[in-house]
Amino acid sequence: MGLLEYTAVELAAKIKSGETTATEAMEAVIAQIEKSEDELNCYVTFDKEKALEAAKKADEGIKAGKLTGPLAGVPFAIKDNMCTEGMLTTCSSKILGNFVPTYTADAVERLTQAGAVIIGKTNMDEFAMGSTTETSAFGVTKNPRNIQHVPGGSSGGSAAAVAANECFAALGSDTGGSIRQPASYCGVVGMKPTYGTVSRYGLVAYGSSLDQIGPLCKDVTDCATIMEVIAGKDDKDSTSVKREDTSFTKALVDDVKGLKIGIPRDYFGEGLDPEVKEAVLAAAKVLESKGAIVEEFDLSLVEYAIPTYYTIAAAEASSNLERFDGVKYGYRTSDYEGLHNMYKKTRSEGFGPEVKRRIMLGSFVLSSGYYDAYYLKALRVKALIKKAFDEAFSKYDVILGPVAPTTAPKLGSSLSDPIKMYLGDIYTISVNLAGLPGMSVPCGKDKNGLPIGLQIIGDCFKENNVIRAAYSYEQARGKFE
Amino acid sequence: MAKEYETVIGLEVHVELATKTKIFCGCSTEFGGAPNSHTCPVCTGMPGSLPVLNKKVVEYAAAVGLATNCTITQDCKFDRKNYFYPDNPQNYQISQLYLPICRDGHVDVKLEDGTQKAIRIHEIHMEEDAGKLIHDEWEGVSFVDFNRSGVPLIEIVSEPDMRSAEEVIAYLTKLRNTIQYLGASDCKLQEGSMRADVNLSVREKGSEEFGTRTETKNLNSFAAIERAIKAETARQIDIIEAGGKVVQETRRWNDDKEYSYAMRSKEDAQDYRYFPDPDLVPVHISDEWLEELKSKQPEFKDEKMKRYKEEFDLPDYDINMITDSKKLADIFEETTAICNKPKKVSNWLIAETMRILKEKEMDPEDITFSPENLARIINLADEGTINSNAAKQVFEAIFTEDIDVDKYVEEKGLKQVNDEGALKATVEKVISENPQSVADYKAGKEKAIGFLVGQTMKAMQGKANPGMVNSLLKELLNK
Amino acid sequence: MANVISDETIEYVGILAKLELSDAEKEDAKKDMASMLDYIDKLGELDTSGVEPMSHVFPVNNVMREDVVTNGDGSKATLANAPESNDSGFIVPKTVES
Repeated sequence: MGLLEYTAVELAAKIKSGETTATEAMEAVIAQIEKSEDELNCYVTFDKEKALEAAKKADEGIKAGKLTGPLAGVPFAIKDNMCTEGMLTTCSSKILGNFVPTYTADAVERLTQAGAVIIGKTNMDEFAMGSTTETSAFGVTKNPRNIQHVPGGSSGGSAAAVAANECFAALGSDTGGSIRQPASYCGVVGMKPTYGTVSRYGLVAYGSSLDQIGPLCKDVTDCATIMEVIAGKDDKDSTSVKREDTSFTKALVDDVKGLKIGIPRDYFGEGLDPEVKEAVLAAAKVLESKGAIVEEFDLSLVEYAIPTYYTIAAAEASSNLERFDGVKYGYRTSDYEGLHNMYKKTRSEGFGPEVKRRIMLGSFVLSSGYYDAYYLKALRVKALIKKAFDEAFSKYDVILGPVAPTTAPKLGSSLSDPIKMYLGDIYTISVNLAGLPGMSVPCGKDKNGLPIGLQIIGDCFKENNVIRAAYSYEQARGKFE
Repeated sequence: MAKEYETVIGLEVHVELATKTKIFCGCSTEFGGAPNSHTCPVCTGMPGSLPVLNKKVVEYAAAVGLATNCTITQDCKFDRKNYFYPDNPQNYQISQLYLPICRDGHVDVKLEDGTQKAIRIHEIHMEEDAGKLIHDEWEGVSFVDFNRSGVPLIEIVSEPDMRSAEEVIAYLTKLRNTIQYLGASDCKLQEGSMRADVNLSVREKGSEEFGTRTETKNLNSFAAIERAIKAETARQIDIIEAGGKVVQETRRWNDDKEYSYAMRSKEDAQDYRYFPDPDLVPVHISDEWLEELKSKQPEFKDEKMKRYKEEFDLPDYDINMITDSKKLADIFEETTAICNKPKKVSNWLIAETMRILKEKEMDPEDITFSPENLARIINLADEGTINSNAAKQVFEAIFTEDIDVDKYVEEKGLKQVNDEGALKATVEKVISENPQSVADYKAGKEKAIGFLVGQTMKAMQGKANPGMVNSLLKELLNK
Repeated sequence: MANVISDETIEYVGILAKLELSDAEKEDAKKDMASMLDYIDKLGELDTSGVEPMSHVFPVNNVMREDVVTNGDGSKATLANAPESNDSGFIVPKTVES
């Protein structure tokens, strides 16, 4: 068995026991990157020498007994919207094409404290706006399971890198499904934690009230381990929450006896691919056979989640992205007359079409005369959606459903119809609106061999229910090939 | 018949709070420093940076609200005000629109005719200051320095309750005094730690409706405010008289040229798209916190004036002067507590202290001498150990550096000569050396004695007891 | 239903968002925005009277720091990525008419 076959946790154990080293692991990853990267384009920034140097340094730390964390020596990929000191951070946008932060995101800091070694920065939809990684200014990323298809998005580079063994695990960010959906399309595990669990400091904001950083990895054990490392109250993020219960690895228990699972009927209606439906329901049966109590119910309001989400996310994004103006960092147009012309040309040349579309929409819904009708209305519906989930979680420990209506679409087939693309987020988006934790676990393949993801949603701060259900399912499922 | 007009004025007053750090990051608020030295990712709008609220800002803002009779919003929030400008690093300013920290207050101001008027305060909100733009005349560029970016401000928005420049100045003076008493800001208009924007409209006298208002900015002194109000009133009346319409706009005052101009731009839509900042959580001021803030409110000028009248029986003029500054009032009270001579302390503060402050272009807040030293000087002068000239000399010394008074008197040999024998010898000598003055005096020119006193003091190097010199001279001359 | 976005609206939003769209982009933006707004109008079906707008999912409040200086001289880091700067700060096109 080659090194690349190991999970992150397995690799860390081998490194700790001296069976292998961080350098050997990094070399294996580099060899894989050199083999497949030309085709897949998972990374925006990958510096072989720097990565090797970092691995050597990690080995020294491990040898000296200084680097003892649970991920010591494991090569990691980071989505390119998390700031990394001294390393290019572009958000896959021309407007940040040359931006080298002087500070590191809190989640990345915690990861490196735990011994992880950064390989590079992964490709994504520009500013995390998209579901296919096709809106990147630096080329599309292809799905390693089938290169005719998209890897999903926006954390498509991270999901593809894990699936292609171009890293052992990766960080992504999830505003409306951007971790869970690419994890589902690429056949890896991905989790969005409860809002506030992982600090957003250093994460370039898209929709601030929805954004969360989380892991993309090979299995549920890696997921819980990484979650444990990156979670924690950060004084630099006012929305970060102090939690007592972040021992996520404790929930790696193969036992769902008595666990109450709700299946929202509204998640299995029109638009859901029959193969996806079948695989997800089969997964529910597996858990039921292990002693879980599975019940169907009506969640309600599902069709209102997308318009609510796009109103809130676009509004916040329009404001968050105002800082990209050619003054302090990033791209500035070469030719301009006066200040406002400089702003307009810089931003028009620096942002791609999808980003501009959302900025325009967001500026409009916040503008004078429309704020109440659109933005406040969306915040009210958000409250209703949250209430619907509160009611569901008064009855169930977890909710089970598909991640996306279909498996990964073909490259080039999504962007022409934005609304159709947005509809693909229908099962993931309300989780962000309600601040809930959600995980995607591979649960099958369609007739073309493309992976299908099972989504497990928990109540706020109840990641452990999600992890327990996912781990139990994974034990029954066996290795996902 | 010429129409009579009434000016209607409301003010938006920005005050920089006296915190050590900025409102949302741990950068220093200190003045000076190389451009952009007091900056970090947060106050320069770097991608991924997030704001964390400075607690002291909330306390100062609420304290000002309590002092101006406002209702404190116990659950308040921050909103983003979106507009592009290079001194605004995020291109949105974090401010408060929907739930400002204080609302519905008022301050009572005294007018010159002795009447009192209440100026209502619509709201007070917290926000961050912008950076500074420096314009290069030759290169056609501006430089952005973010040292002031994120310095905490409160904006005090009044109702349109003022009708004249006098009322505006009275209101600002009252606000400034109140805020200085709280220690929430030094409120210096020249340095920009207090800034007043004037919203002004005119209407025919007796009319119930408001006219169209303009907002005038860049007013750096009370004098400038007065000039701008007069100019804007005249400008609006001229427009109306000529049959025109006043345009609602923001105008910038040029105090050197004494006129204002519209800051119009087709790129300014003035649509700020306010929405709650998702990066900040609400502020909850509990009943306990509010009580604590109330208990920390100092005794303000009006209350102090009343008490001084009763306790020290000082003239109104003295009381008004002393209580204009909390620092002066503090020094007065502490010094009086030591020497128990309120009128003498008051004299030192309103005469000599004011003179030196003016000369050195300092504010009372900059005073460093201790009440102990001032009390000691007063006592030494009272005991006759030093004469009044020497006392002034010692006072100048402690004003510059708060040195040991007794040691200074000793070292400089300032002790008054009260020895009649020594004095008499000198006086006799002066009389014999100045026959003309003696003759003048004897001829009835009372003033001539002043010259002789001066000559005697000079001969004694200023240390003679002037009272004794005077009586000795008279005694010898009248012989 | 069916929202229609005028040229003026697109122009106006462009000023707010500081985006300069080509004529073709403007046409696309008009269509995109109209169809998105049609979609968002779906929220009008829900009765939300009496529902408080929810900005934050959790009722967390009073996250504050003490007034203590923690940052030193940041000028080098602040200017590190500037498109144009010198010792006086970031350089931008002149912001006042002279």
